[in-house]
Amino acid sequence: MSRGIRQVQTATAASLGDMTLRYRDGRVALDAITLTFAVGEQVAIIGPSGAGKTSLLHVLACALRPTSGTLAVLGTAHPWNTTTATLHALRKRIFLAPQMPPLPPRQRVVHTVLAGRLPQWNTWQALKSLLYPVDAPLAEAALARFRMEDKLLLRCDRLSGGERQRVGLARMLLSAAPLILLDEPVSALDPVLGLQALQTVQEEARARAATMVVSLHDVGLAHAQFQRLIGLRDGKVFFDLPSAQVTPERLADLYGMEPPDATSDAVAVDASGIKMSRCF
Amino acid sequence: MLLAKPQPWHDPAWPGRVTSTVIFLLLLLPAGYITEFNPAVFFDATSLRASKQFLATFFPPAHSLEFLQLLVQSAWKTVAIATVGMVLALGMALPCSLVANRALSLSRLGRHRMGLLPAIVRAGIRWILSILRSIPELVWALLFVRAVGLGDTAGVMAIALTYGGMVGKVFLEIYEAQDTRAAEALLVNGAGRLQAFCYGTLPSCLPELLSYTVYRWECAIRSSVILGFVGAGGLGQQMELSMRMLNGGEVLSFLLVFILLVWIADRISKGLRTWID
Repeated sequence: MSRGIRQVQTATAASLGDMTLRYRDGRVALDAITLTFAVGEQVAIIGPSGAGKTSLLHVLACALRPTSGTLAVLGTAHPWNTTTATLHALRKRIFLAPQMPPLPPRQRVVHTVLAGRLPQWNTWQALKSLLYPVDAPLAEAALARFRMEDKLLLRCDRLSGGERQRVGLARMLLSAAPLILLDEPVSALDPVLGLQALQTVQEEARARAATMVVSLHDVGLAHAQFQRLIGLRDGKVFFDLPSAQVTPERLADLYGMEPPDATSDAVAVDASGIKMSRCF
Repeated sequence: MLLAKPQPWHDPAWPGRVTSTVIFLLLLLPAGYITEFNPAVFFDATSLRASKQFLATFFPPAHSLEFLQLLVQSAWKTVAIATVGMVLALGMALPCSLVANRALSLSRLGRHRMGLLPAIVRAGIRWILSILRSIPELVWALLFVRAVGLGDTAGVMAIALTYGGMVGKVFLEIYEAQDTRAAEALLVNGAGRLQAFCYGTLPSCLPELLSYTVYRWECAIRSSVILGFVGAGGLGQQMELSMRMLNGGEVLSFLLVFILLVWIADRISKGLRTWID
């Protein structure tokens, strides 16, 4: 069993070499990042707000062009040096769920979820589905895995924040992407629903042998659900360790806090102001 | 100490507001002077008498059976000119606005800057749209009356060209004023541009597009009346004849039909909006 997994894991799904990303105004968002993600691996990215978690996911999704360094995604090295068409064909094989997924307010959930199929559909299929939803049962089944099947025909602007997040995740179930990138996928869910939703996407990734990179602000959740944790701070990789080696001291360091006393565990770190997210 | 004596407080925006209002009013004065706008002219004895005489002929509105037939026929023609012109305008505006939509640029995605060729194509289409709409439909109509002769074709083409430019530009503004993140998220996940438009942009801006289209159709009805004055068919052509013959009753009937048409367009627009919601 472990031998089999090891063999699969020798292939690389994505890698970054000395990758630096600058914003247009010159500020450094990501600083000389070197990381490798094996095929089928599930990794969580943690770190304080503004550390560059979202930017890192966008670079992996080929949604932001690195300023320097190397990038290889799903067997394509230097995707930004290829044609726009090649780059876009690569994007079809990557699924990125943005933080608080932007869903069109007037769209019905069934279309929003089915939009996960767009990369596989041609334009005509997409237009046909707008007139009469094709594969609606599939969308309903995807929603059911997040206990949302009764919301199929509701408009997106009738959904709560947590429901919107789960619609975004249901959309992921309908994509066939072998690389899944989720930005704070459960930030608006209560702990029980959040764990359940995360487990559902993890099962799905495992079932299709997809690589998954997830940014999380809930350190306890990341610790419990992922084998490998990457700590990001000020645009740099602060640590990249098996989660067993991520000690409360390291976490306190990562978030720039006083070291916790000996009795506290990783979960306790979560309660202290980490839940701040950027606002615009 | 808890409640300090209230200090006089000044809104820092106040002086700017006063200055801009004064400047605007000062700029307005020469404009009135140049156009020789003088309200007193309305109350001049001779013009008062002339208007009174013309207005007196307005009542009762013309309503002979023969005239009503003509009225319905030319009203129908006006609606037809406006509708066909509007459909042609949409046929031009929709594809143009889709292609020129910056939010759906694949080459801009992740790079902050569009590729050179797409940028040129987009700018080119914007220029074409703005040239089309900067020439008033009346001028287009005069050109087409020269080219294809008196009649409805000239009116249809004039509306199609001017309104195509206007509708295309406003559609573009509607797309780009929306939250474009939904469409961008789909693009990032590999959806095509038309797919991203249909699933990301269209759902949120459809009501606005529809109500603007109906509003423009209403404008096209009014405009085709004016185009009728230069021989491009419809109500305008008939009304011009009545005006020339100083037949106030007929003019009033035509005006009542205009009001009715505009009211109908307004109802349609309202109905569409509630239906969409």
